[in-house]
Amino acid sequence: MSAVSQSSRPAISRRFRLQWEPAQNAHVLLYPEGMVKLNTSASEILKRCDGVRSIAEIVADLEQAFNRTGLADDVDAFVVMAMQQGWVELHT
Amino acid sequence: MNAAASTTAPAIGPPMWLLLELTYRCPLHCVFCYNPVEFASIEHELATADWIRVLREARAVGAVQLGLSGGEPVLRDDLEEIATEAHTLGYYTNLITSGVGLDERRVRALKDGGLDHIQLSFQDSTREMNDFLSHTKTFELKQRVAALIKAHDYPMVLNCVIHRMNIEHIGTVIEMAERLGAEYLELANTQYYSWAHLNRDQLLPTLEQLQTAERTVNAHRERLGNRMRIFFVVPDYYETRPKKCMNGWGSTFMAVTPDGTALPCHTAKMLPGLSFPNVRSSGIREIWYESEGFNHFRGTAWMKEPCRSCDEREKDLGGCRCQAYLLANDPAAADPVCSKSPHHHIVTEATARAQAGSNVTERPLVFRGPKESRALLERRPPPG
Repeated sequence: MSAVSQSSRPAISRRFRLQWEPAQNAHVLLYPEGMVKLNTSASEILKRCDGVRSIAEIVADLEQAFNRTGLADDVDAFVVMAMQQGWVELHT
Repeated sequence: MNAAASTTAPAIGPPMWLLLELTYRCPLHCVFCYNPVEFASIEHELATADWIRVLREARAVGAVQLGLSGGEPVLRDDLEEIATEAHTLGYYTNLITSGVGLDERRVRALKDGGLDHIQLSFQDSTREMNDFLSHTKTFELKQRVAALIKAHDYPMVLNCVIHRMNIEHIGTVIEMAERLGAEYLELANTQYYSWAHLNRDQLLPTLEQLQTAERTVNAHRERLGNRMRIFFVVPDYYETRPKKCMNGWGSTFMAVTPDGTALPCHTAKMLPGLSFPNVRSSGIREIWYESEGFNHFRGTAWMKEPCRSCDEREKDLGGCRCQAYLLANDPAAADPVCSKSPHHHIVTEATARAQAGSNVTERPLVFRGPKESRALLERRPPPG
């Protein structure tokens, strides 16, 4: 069972900033006096959390971009964790 | 770049945290300030163009978190220009301020320039203690500035330095931060360097005060959840293992003092026998990767016993070099907070005096100020 609705539209919280850091060859989330260095899957999901695309659309987009299937559970779990961390908010 | 630099560079990560201490001037006189006690002897602040060059060079080697601090950085008229340039370069920019001098016009100009966050200091939740500890009448002003920060939609970190005289107010400090709408609250137990070291006997809490405070903080954390995050910086005098200072010497952090000296930690300038480069004459890349000052205590090769053979040496890197110098008179000694240090008794004697409470009224507090700084300079030879 999914903890978040497939139609909800996640967006990066305005308290965080997602950006590419060439020196670390990674995307990072920046917040007051802190930083989270993201792995590739995390950054690919977060890049698509624009408040416009639904979770279902993000999953479809990722599956197409990486030629994979069955990513829905991973995306759900990540979005739930990201919400707990305060990185993303849901737009309904 | 020469061959030696290109072989050492990959092993050392970028200076991700850049702290610019724009000025040592400050309207407050806090008894726990970490600025050097001899700050009054430093007269020539870097010009705007120098700070902007530092920003560009540090960004090019990977700096991403930027602190604009001091002293009171708002005293610099070019703060907006520096913050705007930082934003353009891609920094996440944090202003660390007492709030004195921040008004509607400047808060708005900083927002327009792209400043990301403001950290506002309080000394206590009561007017009496706030104003006593800072030797100013600033309590109401800080409340007004907190409201301005919120009105302009900055994330707000409130910072309160904790010590013997305010630790029992910790619950009301948390409630005040909540009322003011802070997203984060830093309850920073005093670290005993510089002015705080001079005043240590009056500032060091008892173990019971500390344990009660920790219980209070944990109860509030449970109540608040994610609404406001509380950082409780533990005072290392009550520990038996030292902290890994600055995440490791020269591993993450670079500070630049008002006169352009580049340092691997806020207080490293006190250490004798080390020379630190100045941004007026050296580039940031060269300073970070090649300077003697930044390389000296990197890694573990510099260690003496008991650190050298200790199986925890990689974990804490021997603790804090400044604390080793202040307490053991040797920057390469083990941090005396460590129970394996032959100087650990200096720490336990200080905490025992705090328990007894006998030391509190024997000496007056020394408030940070130019006059006091000059008086201290006359009494002691300059370090190093």
